[in-house]
Amino acid sequence: MGETMSLSTDRGRPTTLVKRFSRAERAVHRAVAVLMLTCIATAAILYNGFLSAPIGHRRLVKLIHVFTGFALPIVIVLGVASAAYRSDLGRLNRFSPADWRWLRTRSRREAAIPVGKFNAGQKLNTALSGGAIVVLLGTGTLMYFPDLARLAWRTGATFVHDWFALALGLLVVGHISYAVRDPGSRRGMRSGSVTTTWARTHHAAWVDELIAAETTAATQPPTVIASSVRPPVYPSG
Amino acid sequence: MDTDPPNDSATAGPPDVAPPAGNGSPIGRRIVLGLAALGAAGVVGGRAIQDRLAKVIAPIQHADPTGLISLLPLGATFRYYSVTGSVPSRDATDYRLDVGGLVHTPMSYTLTDLENMPQTTLVRDFQCVTGWRVPEVHWSGVRLSDLLDAAQPGVGATAIRFGSFDGTYTESLTLEQARRSDVLVALQMLGHPVTHDHGGPVRMYVAPMYGYKSTKWLSSIELTAGVVPGYWENEGNYDVDGWIGDSNGRDDEPVD
Repeated sequence: MGETMSLSTDRGRPTTLVKRFSRAERAVHRAVAVLMLTCIATAAILYNGFLSAPIGHRRLVKLIHVFTGFALPIVIVLGVASAAYRSDLGRLNRFSPADWRWLRTRSRREAAIPVGKFNAGQKLNTALSGGAIVVLLGTGTLMYFPDLARLAWRTGATFVHDWFALALGLLVVGHISYAVRDPGSRRGMRSGSVTTTWARTHHAAWVDELIAAETTAATQPPTVIASSVRPPVYPSG
Repeated sequence: MDTDPPNDSATAGPPDVAPPAGNGSPIGRRIVLGLAALGAAGVVGGRAIQDRLAKVIAPIQHADPTGLISLLPLGATFRYYSVTGSVPSRDATDYRLDVGGLVHTPMSYTLTDLENMPQTTLVRDFQCVTGWRVPEVHWSGVRLSDLLDAAQPGVGATAIRFGSFDGTYTESLTLEQARRSDVLVALQMLGHPVTHDHGGPVRMYVAPMYGYKSTKWLSSIELTAGVVPGYWENEGNYDVDGWIGDSNGRDDEPVD
């Protein structure tokens, strides 16, 4: 189906682009990236003697860490104002049976497993990062306002904060190392659009879905226009 | 990151933006809520877990030549706090400890002078007011009371003000507290000369009080007419009398 649609007839034109992330999503991503890296850098300084020794200025470093730590979840929540952001959050939330198969299969690129706009690894990363951020915000709040909880809980909060920070740091390292290996994916987050070739290779089911949306909403403007303001991924949004 | 019940698919999101491929279980939300629950459990039970972990791993950590284990967040290792930028290094050639203020005999000691005085050794915990505690640290140095006796405090002197060659940090003790036998001008820590990062070559060790009372990079001891609150007592609202387990709203086990 959809053989006549623009998405499926552009194989010979690698410059054809399909919209992947909205402006709001990219702005949130950029802000979260800056805040997250600042949080990680200041945390590393606060925690490791070999970094804090030459740098010092403990009060200032702590202030920056606390400030960026509180700002980061605020930015994530602000993104909900965007329909595209909400829609992608909905996609990332839902795990289909194919996602479980994808996670269990050794070679994840098997064409037999349909991958939608996000693969199961991306979904997992989002959920784990989101959960870790919630926990770090909560425990960080308990640590920063000592009157909120009794001492034993504050000690527990420090313990949890330390270990979740370590785990989230590893997730971020993994996230960045996957991005480093995938220029097509980076392009999507940088410019908002990906090549259809890349989309077909990594997210074939998503492409099928876009074609289907074009078919059912024939009055919509075609998806594959590099300057397309809005893709028909959100048919009634 | 919302807190809706995890299993009600009808509330998964605004239906108008539910994507066509968005069917399936809301695993993402369950993971977020699961981690939040794990975090909450850790806040309540973390202290006990940490104590047990630290007992097992701390001995390995102290003997680890690579230092990699100390990167694990166990809470039983020293953390380096400095309130200024990098602190200059001082060694036997240029280190001086001045004792002055309201005294009859102002003194100035070199590192060698201090090393040649009677040394006292203590094996005591080091407890930080932020929660971490390093068990059974080996300390050695000159009793502060010996230095006070040598300087002969004047009639009006009731307190001590410590200065640091980091140029910023200050601390205080009452004269009575300073004369305790477990208050050292420490030259050795952890079995070797105090390293620069730990406040060397000479730092205070006030055993019964939280770590902020133990001035690092000690450079001056001044006898004063009254207690002058120190750096963290001004900046962090810490108690001037920093007794472990009986100040700053904490209930740690005392060190003695």
